[in-house]
Amino acid sequence: MEPLLTIQAPEAALFWVLAPLSVIAALGMLLVKKAVHSALLLAWVMITLAIFYIAQDAVFLGIVQIIVYTGAVMMLFLFILMLVGVDSSDSLTETISGLRPIAITAALGFGGLLVSLLGHATLGREPVGLAEANGPGNVQGIAVLLFSKYVWPFEVVSALLITAAIGAMVLAHHQRSNVRPTQREQAVNRFRSGSLAGAAGLPGPGVFARHNAVDVPALLPDGTPAPSSISATLKARGDVIDSSQFQLDNVDTTVKEEK
Amino acid sequence: MVTNSGLVYLIALPLFGAVSLLLLGRRADKWGHLLATALSAGSFAVGLFQLSQMLGRDVESRPVTQKLFTWISVGSFNVDASLLLDQLSISFVLLITGVGTLIHIYSISYMAHDPDRRRFFAYLNLFIAAMLLLVLGDSYLNLYVGWEGVGLASYLLIGFWNQKAAYATASKKAFVMNRIGDMGLSFAIMIAFASLGTVSFSGVKEKAEFASEATMTALGIMLLIAAVGKSAQFPLQAWLGDAMAGPTPVSALIHAATMVTAGVYLIVRSNFVFDAAPNAQLLVAIIGAITLIFGALIGTAKDDIKKALAASTMSQIGYMILGAGLGPAGYAYAIMHLITHGFFKAGMFLGAGSVMHGMNDEVNMRKYGALRKFMPITFVTFGLGYLAIIGVPPFAGFYSKDMLIETALNAGGVKGILLGGTALLGAGITAFYMTRVMILTFTSPKRWDDNQRPHESPALMWIPMAILAVGSVISGYLLHQGKAFKHWLEPLFAKPGEHSELLPPIVVSGLALTMVAIGVAIAVVKYQLSEVDSVAPENVTEFTHFARRDLLQDEINEALFMRPGQAITSALVKIDQSVIDGAVRGIGQMAIGSGSSLRKSQTGFVRSYAALILVGAAALIAAIWVVTQ
Amino acid sequence: MDINNYLYLSAILFTIGAVGVVVRRNAIVVFMCIELMLNAANLSLVTFSRINGTLDGQVVAFFTMVVAACEVVVGLAIIVTIYRSRRSASIDDASLLKR
Repeated sequence: MEPLLTIQAPEAALFWVLAPLSVIAALGMLLVKKAVHSALLLAWVMITLAIFYIAQDAVFLGIVQIIVYTGAVMMLFLFILMLVGVDSSDSLTETISGLRPIAITAALGFGGLLVSLLGHATLGREPVGLAEANGPGNVQGIAVLLFSKYVWPFEVVSALLITAAIGAMVLAHHQRSNVRPTQREQAVNRFRSGSLAGAAGLPGPGVFARHNAVDVPALLPDGTPAPSSISATLKARGDVIDSSQFQLDNVDTTVKEEK
Repeated sequence: MVTNSGLVYLIALPLFGAVSLLLLGRRADKWGHLLATALSAGSFAVGLFQLSQMLGRDVESRPVTQKLFTWISVGSFNVDASLLLDQLSISFVLLITGVGTLIHIYSISYMAHDPDRRRFFAYLNLFIAAMLLLVLGDSYLNLYVGWEGVGLASYLLIGFWNQKAAYATASKKAFVMNRIGDMGLSFAIMIAFASLGTVSFSGVKEKAEFASEATMTALGIMLLIAAVGKSAQFPLQAWLGDAMAGPTPVSALIHAATMVTAGVYLIVRSNFVFDAAPNAQLLVAIIGAITLIFGALIGTAKDDIKKALAASTMSQIGYMILGAGLGPAGYAYAIMHLITHGFFKAGMFLGAGSVMHGMNDEVNMRKYGALRKFMPITFVTFGLGYLAIIGVPPFAGFYSKDMLIETALNAGGVKGILLGGTALLGAGITAFYMTRVMILTFTSPKRWDDNQRPHESPALMWIPMAILAVGSVISGYLLHQGKAFKHWLEPLFAKPGEHSELLPPIVVSGLALTMVAIGVAIAVVKYQLSEVDSVAPENVTEFTHFARRDLLQDEINEALFMRPGQAITSALVKIDQSVIDGAVRGIGQMAIGSGSSLRKSQTGFVRSYAALILVGAAALIAAIWVVTQ
Repeated sequence: MDINNYLYLSAILFTIGAVGVVVRRNAIVVFMCIELMLNAANLSLVTFSRINGTLDGQVVAFFTMVVAACEVVVGLAIIVTIYRSRRSASIDDASLLKR
């Protein structure tokens, strides 16, 4: 009897090209140092998965995967990364002793056993394929199921979604415990603090007439650099240029006579 | 049977005294002793009244009863709290209340300077009440209540000066050794209930004929154990000497009127049991014979006047138990000896107290001597008691002891010769050691320090002694006149079997007097005619050393019972600590250990928890893998 | 090609995600690893759907996505809150449960 489902050569080729890439990208997620890179690698894994979905006749899911996951969820991740993680350097050295060998051993055992188990597992029949089920169209088929058989879970999940949204708002909401000082009060405080150095506000970055980049600390009138003139993020990243080279002392100050 | 509602007053009066003196506390300090004495005397008066009523009735209707209340009523088993007053009980009642009252009077003076005199009198009244309940109960169960009450009162009185550790130990020793006897009595009650279905004297008497001899023997032996414990007979005699820790009136009360006589009472009261169990009866006689020699031998070596008298009590009670073991022929003489003994022994103990009173509480006879001149009244009363106890005619002891010896000799066969010979030998030894006491205390040269000021005791003390001395002189003659006491008690006992007389009575008396004369002569030679050291000499025979240490009774008890008991106890303690506590602690330790080792996994790091989940998932997959393979 | 290969891929990706959860310390990366595990599961569901010839697997995968979205929203909010109070996105710093 002819099998109901045969996987065509193009799909096999697609699989053999993309599957290793996705595995490599997933491993890369573990190994790269910067969280942003991890996020990008995960986005790649998700895109490959979306391609696999489409290849397996799950067109709707493939599209949702790209739009919702790769688009919305990963954007959310990146957004939070920007909010939180830019200046947090992530070291890969393990601090909990013995955890890494345990994790790797367990994972190898888990993965190995799972793969071996899947190799032995039989479904009791040949793969059917979705040609029939997708007869009126994949989206229509899912819609029929979603609004008939799975309507109750669907409603519950919608409630969950709303609850999650409210929960995120509650969690992220920041109640001020003290009254925010007004501009007038800030000004008064500046003048009353020990030195008058900051009374006029923080200096802007750049060295007048020499260098105006945002990563160059300003020079104070006495010639010393002012670190407070630079964004804290740049400082944390270490993207700060030494501004002492732009001090006037090192510059040829002799006035050339103009003819 | 005649009922009489007056019996309860015999017990109620002293019991009321005890309860009120104890409850009123310090408020009764000023007059408590007078109340107690009056109540005791009142009880004696009730006893006399009952006696007069009893004498007015014919022999058949002399016993009277009074039901107080229904105590236990379970199915067919009924025990009433009721009292029985018959010829035997009334003898005891009069002895207990009469001698007891004299001792009360004596104690008023003797304990005059003790801050706790009221408490002392409360205990004395309690003792009297308990002893009366013991002799008036109409069943073994009622008797048992009095029996335990006597044990409690003796414990309280022996340890009256319990601020001294040794005295407190002595009272504890008496109590514990009594417990062994009490166990025997409770077993006897159980046997009676289980095999005869009744615990009343009349019920057991009725059924005794139909019960098997084995049952009666078991019952008899249990009763004997009870009597042995309470009457300080061999092998439970060790507490008696130490019981001298109590104030001297207590010793007089314990030795003469109450406590130790309870065992004799129990055996005589249970005559129907022993008559039905000849083996048990023989055992009673043997125990008595052993004890009378045992006590007499200890008496020869004691320098403590009270301990010498205590040893003599042990020996004399041995005579009574021997008599009670001779069956119907001996019961009456055992009780007669008990009564005469009550007079002369109480008199001598009170005399000893009087001597101590005059000698700054010195008890060592080797520090006495020549007190005859300083305490003439004590000397005379004590001397009359002495003549009574060694059995010189016509003093009381002669009649009672002579009859016991005679009955023992006539018991028949080898048994009679052995028991009678023992009794004769005991009479000789008694004469020796009592003479020794007399000589050391009163007639030998003085050995006391010059700072002693011996003096006669006040009238309140010597009057009771004098009354008791009169009793010591005449009671034997009165009771034996025309075998009056024997006939008085006869209706209670079975008819004695006929025995051929081994020796004619006059010969027995002659033999006994010869033994007494020999004993007295040896003592006179040894103590009156030769110098006596004021400290006990050490270069004496091995036997004397043994006797001074009570024939090693304490050592034997310790070796046989105490040490193994302690070993078992400490082994049990070790087992308890190691096995049982170990198991309990082990479970606790296991919980703590597993808890603390599990706690290590709780690092607080989310990632380690995640790792554990991963391991668990791997294990789960492995399990599925194993199952599906 | 055997359709089981998709399942093997799914298992491998899932395992990698699990290791990442344990090994990485940055809370956001840990979160991403969880997302990876969810996606690997989704791949299995889609493959099973294809093997069975019904769309139920795809519907369940769809629900998984919704739930994952909820989880991301709440989880990231938690991370932000923790970061605000502890100035750190390392999940090892949030180990107060031990005490």
